[in-house]
Amino acid sequence: MTPNLHLWLIPVLPLVGAAINGLFGKRFSRQTVVAIALGFCGAAFVMALWIAFQFSSLGLPHIELLASWIRAGDFQVDFAFYLDQLSLVMLLVVTGVGFLIHIYSVGYMWEEAGFYRFFAYLNLFMFFMLTLVLASNYLLMFIGWEGVGLASYLLIGFWFTKDSAASAGKKAFIVNRIGDFGFLIALFLMIKHFGSLNFVQVFRIVFRMPAEVAGTGLLTSIGLLLMVGAAGKSAQLPLYVWLPDAMEGPTPVSALIHAATMVTAGVYMVARSHVVFDRAPQALMVVAIVGTLTALFAATIGVCQTDIKKVLAYSTISQLGYMFMACGVAAYSAGIFHLMTHAFFKGLLFLAAGSVIHAVGGEQDMRRMGGLRHHIPWTFWTMTAATFAIAGFPPFAGFFSKDAILWKAFSSEYGSWVYWAIGVFTAFLTSFYMFRLWFLTFFGEYRGEAAGHGDEHIQVIDSRAGAPAPHEHGRGGIHESPTVMLVPLVILAVLSFCGGWVGSERFDKFLSPALHAEVTLSEEAAAATSAPDSKEQGNSETLFTSISVLAAVSGLFLAWLLYHRRPQLPQEIAHALGGFYEAVVHKYYVDEIYAAVFVKPLIDGSTRILWHGIDRDVIDATLDNGAEGAREVSDTMRHMQSGNLRSYAGWIAAGAAVVIAYMVWLGAR
Amino acid sequence: MVPLSYYLVLSGILFACGVTGFLIKRNIITIFMSIELMLNGVNLSFVAFAAQWHALSGQVFVFFVMVVAAAESAVGLAIIIAVYRTRETLNVDRVNLLKL
Repeated sequence: MTPNLHLWLIPVLPLVGAAINGLFGKRFSRQTVVAIALGFCGAAFVMALWIAFQFSSLGLPHIELLASWIRAGDFQVDFAFYLDQLSLVMLLVVTGVGFLIHIYSVGYMWEEAGFYRFFAYLNLFMFFMLTLVLASNYLLMFIGWEGVGLASYLLIGFWFTKDSAASAGKKAFIVNRIGDFGFLIALFLMIKHFGSLNFVQVFRIVFRMPAEVAGTGLLTSIGLLLMVGAAGKSAQLPLYVWLPDAMEGPTPVSALIHAATMVTAGVYMVARSHVVFDRAPQALMVVAIVGTLTALFAATIGVCQTDIKKVLAYSTISQLGYMFMACGVAAYSAGIFHLMTHAFFKGLLFLAAGSVIHAVGGEQDMRRMGGLRHHIPWTFWTMTAATFAIAGFPPFAGFFSKDAILWKAFSSEYGSWVYWAIGVFTAFLTSFYMFRLWFLTFFGEYRGEAAGHGDEHIQVIDSRAGAPAPHEHGRGGIHESPTVMLVPLVILAVLSFCGGWVGSERFDKFLSPALHAEVTLSEEAAAATSAPDSKEQGNSETLFTSISVLAAVSGLFLAWLLYHRRPQLPQEIAHALGGFYEAVVHKYYVDEIYAAVFVKPLIDGSTRILWHGIDRDVIDATLDNGAEGAREVSDTMRHMQSGNLRSYAGWIAAGAAVVIAYMVWLGAR
Repeated sequence: MVPLSYYLVLSGILFACGVTGFLIKRNIITIFMSIELMLNGVNLSFVAFAAQWHALSGQVFVFFVMVVAAAESAVGLAIIIAVYRTRETLNVDRVNLLKL
């Protein structure tokens, strides 16, 4: 009998914090709000650590039933929590990075009016994310899934008086809805065919399915529908459009939700459902192709962005593409490994970018930055660590995970050299645009007009950049962020540096019970095939590693050449490329195409047919004409009720006369 | 012996006179008298039937009607006097304060 870990406490603790701050936070002082938010979030982190320390003594998977929820005949869904290696990794990443970002937010959001509201939302997000990660069935997972979407919507639209933020929130919510639709249908298929949503039961049924049944449409459709859901939540093609807009939210939100945790939920879901995908190779291939294309596509857009947060947003999409590429070649552990390191370095990149924005007074355009490394050394050095990590330089964290993915993309039985080649090219692009950001921000001359001259100039920049009134950071010249913001930066920098030293092999071994739990039957066969060529693999792996490092270095070199050595060259290149450059700057006009193909017909159809045609001309008209008719009839009838005694008497007499005439007629007949 | 139909025709004529007077007259006293005329038209048919069929109940009913009519005219006249005192008119068309 394994001990009761009270897993339910982990998600519920942040919920309590959210409830207290959300309901009463308005009356609290900022210090109290911080104490509550950090206290409950930190408690969840401590619990996660406590579980991690006694992890080896647990019988896995460890399932704890809290309460029964739905019972309908044989179908049953419970509030139950599921702990295995995969959820433990996610648990630690979510609570750990989440806690650090909570700390950072204290400094970043201190001046904001909705301080308590921000922390209430942040804690609410933690609740839903932890529910998602710990759920033991798809329905509970779906609750978390929808809940993080809600929290994301609330936090993107945190500055809701700003029109662009409000519509970005709506966009994120609506695009996610499309993905959730796919997820829901996958759940319905599971209920119909498996009669259960419980992970253990579903996977057992799927695993025992005879081969001739498994190959047919059912598992493939479930896998594809799950992928639709994952593509919505994790911003993959073609549903990625919401993530760049989501940068309208405060920077800690971008770091926590739109880089480190929520957007990786799709990867987690695919990895969790690996049993389904393992038996549906077509679905798996779609996952790999979508991931690969997204990685490349988003990276090319990232190259031309000038907004520091937008670059990071496209970079996030691209890195998520890597994770899906890994999942698509059945290298789930490599995907989760990259998810973890990505949470460290991308969280750090966003937080550091927030620190930069804070330092230059709300400016987000990299063209008006530059030379900041002397002004904000802590931010510079931490961001450097993150940049080298994401670019894939050894021995930084990103190197190990990206290398593992690229190697698996080539060597896995589902892999292909095409994935690998695109992956390496994307790695080159990643390195290029990240160092472009790095050089533009920290090197060269400061190009903003307010170079330490004080408030007036910064305000000028503020208004020109369209920064809204509530978003007023850093008055009074370029300055380093407060300690409370720097501490998380440093911790994450350390993690970005050495977070990958675990090594993908050991990570894979750790996760393998969760990710290959059911494969014991075919283990011997697998061992037989993989043993002979392991030495050869070792050699070619080194070759592949050096190629990907080379890609990273050449990205660095190109960025150095273009943005540090000869800053006028990019202009000329852009000029030479002409139309293609324009297309990339405008993000391939995807937003415009979506607007023309989906949004505009929908709005026109709703306006003309549904509103004008049906609502106004049919429904409203029916009601209005009915009311009008009744009014007119009553208007005529009203005159009978004249109040004139003799007219009443006349009616009575007339009525009596009619009755008498009728009776006379009856008698005469 | 006068035939029954004569009484009934007279009764009908009386009733019709009452109805017409009620409908066309404006003076409240005249209206009141028209009501009495209608009542008496009906009384006449009652007694005519009673005499024809040798049944006492018709006669008894007429007494009832007379008693009620007397009570009604007492109350009615009192109301008319009260109305005249406050409104200084007996024209029903001008007694219209309760009308919308």
